[in-house]
Amino acid sequence: MFEIIESLKAPWAWYVAGAVIGLIVPALLIIGNKTFGLSSNLRHICAACFPANIKFFKYNWKNELWNLFFVAGIMIGAFIATHYLSNSNAIIINENLKSTLTNLGITDFQHLMPSELFSFNSLSSIRGFVLMVVGGFLVGFGTRYANGCTSGHAIMGLSNLQWPSLVATICFMLGGFIMTNFILPFILQFN
Amino acid sequence: MPMSNHTQPMNDIKLDETSACINHSEKKESIFSLVKYAFIGMLFGIVFVKAEIISWFRIQEMFKFQSFHMFGVIGTAVTVGIISLAIIKKYNIKTIQGEKIIIVPKPFTKGQIYGSLLFGLGWAMTGACPGPIFAQIGSGLICGFVILASALLGTWTYGFFQEKLPH
Repeated sequence: MFEIIESLKAPWAWYVAGAVIGLIVPALLIIGNKTFGLSSNLRHICAACFPANIKFFKYNWKNELWNLFFVAGIMIGAFIATHYLSNSNAIIINENLKSTLTNLGITDFQHLMPSELFSFNSLSSIRGFVLMVVGGFLVGFGTRYANGCTSGHAIMGLSNLQWPSLVATICFMLGGFIMTNFILPFILQFN
Repeated sequence: MPMSNHTQPMNDIKLDETSACINHSEKKESIFSLVKYAFIGMLFGIVFVKAEIISWFRIQEMFKFQSFHMFGVIGTAVTVGIISLAIIKKYNIKTIQGEKIIIVPKPFTKGQIYGSLLFGLGWAMTGACPGPIFAQIGSGLICGFVILASALLGTWTYGFFQEKLPH
């Protein structure tokens, strides 16, 4: 029993995580005919809180309440995992990445996110502001423009063998590749 | 089983470009019944944290091809998803309420190219796609609210300019 709990507290393997996420697709369909997709929630929140008479936000978001329950669950689950299912070991990071980041003044490798970039203090640095505010904006704008995100396109769309979702997946992988390798090294210099 | 199942032909489901609807069930659900989605969400949130999917470092490793982890997660999820949907289609599996399962295809627009590229840039910057933003907040990253607020502003801005953008 003790061993089971200890292994739950260690980071989970990719195949366990992948299998669970993959099973969410049929689970949502079977329990309520719901299509897996998370970025729509950003739209539902806008429609509920700031519709501003914009046509794009005029629909009955209450029909999509289930998805807001779903993200509320995500928050609770993340809380439980962090507080009750974690050990205190530092995250294991690729050595090359570690040395690249150390050279840029990022040395906090204890947690899932480096505090030099993601904290209220870092909001006043150029790189912190750009990463959180500009990055967040691009996530919200891009996913809606693309009509889906990693869950709606990469997982749901590909599971349903849809080529538009394959195009979307390739494009956001390409965007991420360009940012990480060519633009971020520049942004991270401005602390 | 309620007979309403037979009075809802598939073409009753209205689709238009502005449809935000990814809820294809005709059944009204009570608040109580919505809790089951929160439970699945909880499981997802636990996986996000335990498999370090919400980690900015894991996302950097993925885009630098320094780790197999994220490719493994996404690859396994897609494989399991494909097999699950194939089984649902082959055996015509119904929902627990007895409805026919409907998956509406997403039509292709050029917006998927432009939007996905922009989203990819943002994903690598924040280390989060829309699901993980909520998990980051749940895990105690208070400044995740800043990322969420920015993402909401992005979505709102898209809605504001939607008709002027090339699609």
